[in-house]
Amino acid sequence: MADGRSQVRRGAGARLWLSGGWLLLIVLIAIAAPWIAPKDPLAQDLFSGRLPPFWVHGADRSFLLGTDSLGRDVLSRIIFGARIALQVALIAGTLTCLIGATLGLLAGFLRGWVDVLISRLIDIWMAFPPVLFSVLLIAVLGPGLFSIIVAIVVIDWTRFARVIRAEAMGQSVMDYVASAQVAGRGRIGTMLVEILPNVLPTIVVLLTLEMGIAVIVEAILSFVNLSISTDDPTWGGMIAEGRTSIHQAWWVLVFPLITLFLTVLAFSQLGEGLKDRFDPVLR
Amino acid sequence: MADLYEVKDLHLSLPDLTRKPFLGPAPRIEILNGVSFTIAKGEILGIVGGSGSGKSTLGRALLRLLQPTGGSIHFDGQDITYLSEDRLRPSRRRFQMIFQDPMSSLNPRHRVGKIIAGPLQVQGMDHSPARVADALDHVGLPRSFAQRYPHELSGGQRQRIGIARAIALRPEFILADEIVSGLDVSSQAQVLNLLEGLVKDLGLTLGFISHDLSVIRRLCTRVLVLQQGRIVENAPTCQVFAAPSAAYTRELLDAIPLPDPDQVWV
Amino acid sequence: MSFLSIRNLSLRLKGGERLLRAVSLNVEAGEVRGLVGESGAGKSMIGKAVLGTLPQAVEVVSGEIWLDGVDLLTLPVGQRRKRIGGLAALIPQDPLTALNPSRRIGPQITDRLVDILSWKRDRAEARARELLAEVQIDGAERVLRSYPHELSGGMRQRILIASAFAAEPKLIIADEPTTALDVTVQKQILRLIAGMQARHDTALLFVTHDLGVVSKVCQNLTILYGGLVVEDASVRDFFHAPKHAYSRALLAATPKYTDPAASLLPVPDAVIAAVRAEVAAADEAWHG
Repeated sequence: MADGRSQVRRGAGARLWLSGGWLLLIVLIAIAAPWIAPKDPLAQDLFSGRLPPFWVHGADRSFLLGTDSLGRDVLSRIIFGARIALQVALIAGTLTCLIGATLGLLAGFLRGWVDVLISRLIDIWMAFPPVLFSVLLIAVLGPGLFSIIVAIVVIDWTRFARVIRAEAMGQSVMDYVASAQVAGRGRIGTMLVEILPNVLPTIVVLLTLEMGIAVIVEAILSFVNLSISTDDPTWGGMIAEGRTSIHQAWWVLVFPLITLFLTVLAFSQLGEGLKDRFDPVLR
Repeated sequence: MADLYEVKDLHLSLPDLTRKPFLGPAPRIEILNGVSFTIAKGEILGIVGGSGSGKSTLGRALLRLLQPTGGSIHFDGQDITYLSEDRLRPSRRRFQMIFQDPMSSLNPRHRVGKIIAGPLQVQGMDHSPARVADALDHVGLPRSFAQRYPHELSGGQRQRIGIARAIALRPEFILADEIVSGLDVSSQAQVLNLLEGLVKDLGLTLGFISHDLSVIRRLCTRVLVLQQGRIVENAPTCQVFAAPSAAYTRELLDAIPLPDPDQVWV
Repeated sequence: MSFLSIRNLSLRLKGGERLLRAVSLNVEAGEVRGLVGESGAGKSMIGKAVLGTLPQAVEVVSGEIWLDGVDLLTLPVGQRRKRIGGLAALIPQDPLTALNPSRRIGPQITDRLVDILSWKRDRAEARARELLAEVQIDGAERVLRSYPHELSGGMRQRILIASAFAAEPKLIIADEPTTALDVTVQKQILRLIAGMQARHDTALLFVTHDLGVVSKVCQNLTILYGGLVVEDASVRDFFHAPKHAYSRALLAATPKYTDPAASLLPVPDAVIAAVRAEVAAADEAWHG
């Protein structure tokens, strides 16, 4: 029977195209960075310091979005910064999802001692203050991409596990699960064939959300100088630098901030958009 | 006639998790309190009772979806009471179930074809599209439905898919758990007529759980009346309706509102 | 003039599909009328239209709903709400979802009286206690302080019935109030509703798909198919001689345990085709 769902559907299409489009753009930019960045992101030119974006009087057209106080091209740095952001998003997001969702599924469906063990683990794990935890972890592992990814995975898997566990529990009392048992399907088989497809929409949304979170976490860590060890540009680092010269050169802060914001927003909307588009129940 | 099911002094209790103390096990609620009966081959057994009577639990115990805590269940001579899933699996083909709520018994993210083929595949039987089409034919649904999702079908159609799935395995026994309770009178009639036809054509033995005595009378050869986990009446249908022995049975009969303004009722 | 008079009410989904086709029915003061139809016939929509609780996706195309001499559809929303709140009430189908699980019973009964009808709190609370006694619930104090999940299904339905009668409404719409209940509990609840209706002399529009229940509780009935009124008669007349082919078929499809020989006849395809043709004709006439 038709209801207000059809009105929701119309919005979903636009959401998927816009968010997917932006992310695709960022991915392509990141991959093609060495070829499409107009300047070397690390090249300093003190004579070209603090040049404004191209539409402002006094700009140099070759530095489209202006330069920072060391004369480095903002646009090129944003382009290269996308590489770090995306690597963290994709790798950390996927790993967190795999570990968290798997443990959540097992706990929620198998119940018993498996659930007790995993739930207690989650409870204890979540008791650690995340910021402190990640700082300690990075202090121990040393700064770098690997450490950031490990920090994010180690802290955020519990988010997945909790939510997916609850969903799996809700699913496991459905009659189609009982039906699978009556047919003689084993427990792991039932989990994969009956439960997983119904939990997948939530996993997709959480995954894309997690990617957005990973981008922010990386930005925060590079803001406080705990991110990668090299001079490679990161959006968070640019924001940190831009903070000090915000009155003289607002563009150094604003452009990476906008890019960061749009990327994180796109990730969150992508998940919802995918779910709306591909979930047979909603069609 | 041989007995397909032999149930002796069946007990089943479940833990009451709402009253679980911090340390130690939860207190148990007795749902089945010593139930004994048999089901002969070819019988259509009605299982009746109010909510809390244990009828659904009994049904699930017969199919070993739940494990009894006492007593025994024999299926075709074999003791299936405490068998592990692995040992039980080969026999599962022989007893199947149709569920009450077709919305929750059909996986909303599987197409109809996959829903019907699933059990066939698990049991290592032919699960080709031809076999699925054959099952759909049996329940009077168009073959094209194999491509549809459950939410694209009406309640009565979904219920027929549930039946198709159950009979696809060619079981000997089927348990129908309140399968027409949520349906319109018209869909109900269709589903019941279908079931009756299939029982005859496929030589099935049927366990029919319902709270609707009118439907039971129409369909069943024998009736079991449950109250609080105990059998209070176990007799052929005509006897139960003509001369019920248990007061509870009479109470159930009296409560039914017949579509007849002259019935002495309220 | 009837207390509730629905005249040529047509509803449709905003996307286009028609739900009610020029439905007219009347409920006199103190009358008990059954509104019968299979699922999708539109019977719930009528109740919602009267109470002003139509879902967002549904709109009124044309028609009038006269309640105690005023056409509700001509009133602005705020006034309509106040008017309905004082005159009508609902007994919903599912006692589980109709009660807020995180609030105690007491406030759920008194809120309506205090917020919509501006009663004083202690007057409302006294009334709540009276009502619980009337629906035969002992230990009113304890029940008022309980949460819904602490009570049984039958008890919750009694509370909903009590709530419905709280403001002494002149019209109650009961939307399949016993469908979710056991047959023995159903009998108790139907007795209760019938008793309270008689005592308070409330008009009752009883929505159901169960002809058996209608024959016990209602004086008159209206049968719907596909949003179209198919038959309108007194219960007495209907059960002895239903006029419309569809009504006859519906009656034949209802199992009666006293008649073992009767086979369950689903409504024949020919009858469905005929009544669908009627629905289509109504649509034609409406367009033209």
